[in-house]
Amino acid sequence: MADYIPSMDLIEPASKGETWAVARLISRAEANMSEVREAIGEIYRRAGNAHVIGLTGVPGSGKSTMVAKLVHKLRAAGRRVAVVAIDPSSPYSGGSILGDRIRMSDLALDRDVFIRSMATHGSVGGMAHAALDVVDILDIAGFDKIIIETVGVGQDEVEIANASHTTVVVSAPGLGDEVQAIKAGILEIADIHVVSKCDRSDSNKTMTDLKSMLRDGIGHGVQPNWRAPVIGSSSFQEEGFDELVAAFDKHLESLEGEPGRARREQISSFRLRKAAEALMLERFEAQSDFDGAATDVAARTVDPYSAAETLVRNFSSEASS
Amino acid sequence: MAAPIRVLLAKIGLDGHDRGVKVVARTLRDAGMDVIYSGLHRTPEEVVSAAVQEDVDVLGVSLLSGVQMTVFPKIFKLLEENRAKDMIIIAGGVMPDEDVEELKKMGVAEVMLQDTPPQKIVDTLRELVEARGVR
Repeated sequence: MADYIPSMDLIEPASKGETWAVARLISRAEANMSEVREAIGEIYRRAGNAHVIGLTGVPGSGKSTMVAKLVHKLRAAGRRVAVVAIDPSSPYSGGSILGDRIRMSDLALDRDVFIRSMATHGSVGGMAHAALDVVDILDIAGFDKIIIETVGVGQDEVEIANASHTTVVVSAPGLGDEVQAIKAGILEIADIHVVSKCDRSDSNKTMTDLKSMLRDGIGHGVQPNWRAPVIGSSSFQEEGFDELVAAFDKHLESLEGEPGRARREQISSFRLRKAAEALMLERFEAQSDFDGAATDVAARTVDPYSAAETLVRNFSSEASS
Repeated sequence: MAAPIRVLLAKIGLDGHDRGVKVVARTLRDAGMDVIYSGLHRTPEEVVSAAVQEDVDVLGVSLLSGVQMTVFPKIFKLLEENRAKDMIIIAGGVMPDEDVEELKKMGVAEVMLQDTPPQKIVDTLRELVEARGVR
């Protein structure tokens, strides 16, 4: 039996940047142990200093390789950098193979870089459910730039925009024509557009498509005082990253005052909603008549809406009594 | 529901034989575990640093190059320095019987040689993590 250190006692070493304590808190947050909730609450109250950058894009668009290059640039600028790299869980076994670290192995010995792999464990939207608690832990550990790399997403997984101060959408050349670019969804959430693999000749077309989409007024994110730039990059030729890092800082500046307040409020209401959802679902499913209701719905003697309504009514009267 | 068991599988040194470790990775994933793979040609320092950051339950090191008696002492020293002594260490690959004995004395929880059936690997990991308890 290993010695169990209470989560509240891990906060001090974690806030001094001690890797083992940071890592252990993250594991407990991810496992959503009831013991860790008090500590997560305390950490939340202390956090809020880091610049959280969300990086998203389709599978194979070059996100992980790009993150590795970005971390080098940010380190050269004296930043302490953390990366939360999210990969999908198998829908069948629930297991996962988390491979993003492979592309960042040259960063392993830098004490001012922390990389953590997470699996989605059934959550949709490109994020892992505890990702934002993990960001807070890294925040109090003194990392000033925290990059969340989502799973490879489709067109509609936009949760990252509710989780980050600066959302970067990576588009790869050759994956679609201008029709893709006018579609709603992921391209609309970008504060910064990056076209990867610009060593390829068809990247020009992707750059042009994105720029014309922006000219038509689509894809500027939600912030009224900010126009999303389109930056070309090549991880292979190490190009475009100075520009990208400069865009991070510029966007952070644009969040001074009211826009930043609006953004923080958007993130907080998202978290509050998520927390409430999780709690309600947990209690809802724990009700004694839940299985019975499911059987009735399966037999089609009751429709799912009425069954849910009955359960919610019971649940609320239980809560108020 | 308990959190999935987290495992880091690592290849250390000048050893390019990764078919085995990839099969093990796939097997553990299919058993519902979260598996991180280090890629080839890592150093003990890189591997332990990754294992500590990832806070894995199990660190599995695959070696088919015969350097186990140099690599594992280094790993244990680094784990000690990084306050990660409660990590379960597994060796895998091809190695002589007398080394297996020595490795176990050193603190390697189990040595899985080349003929270990996949299910045996899964069961062993589950038992070891269960026996260690919540941390």
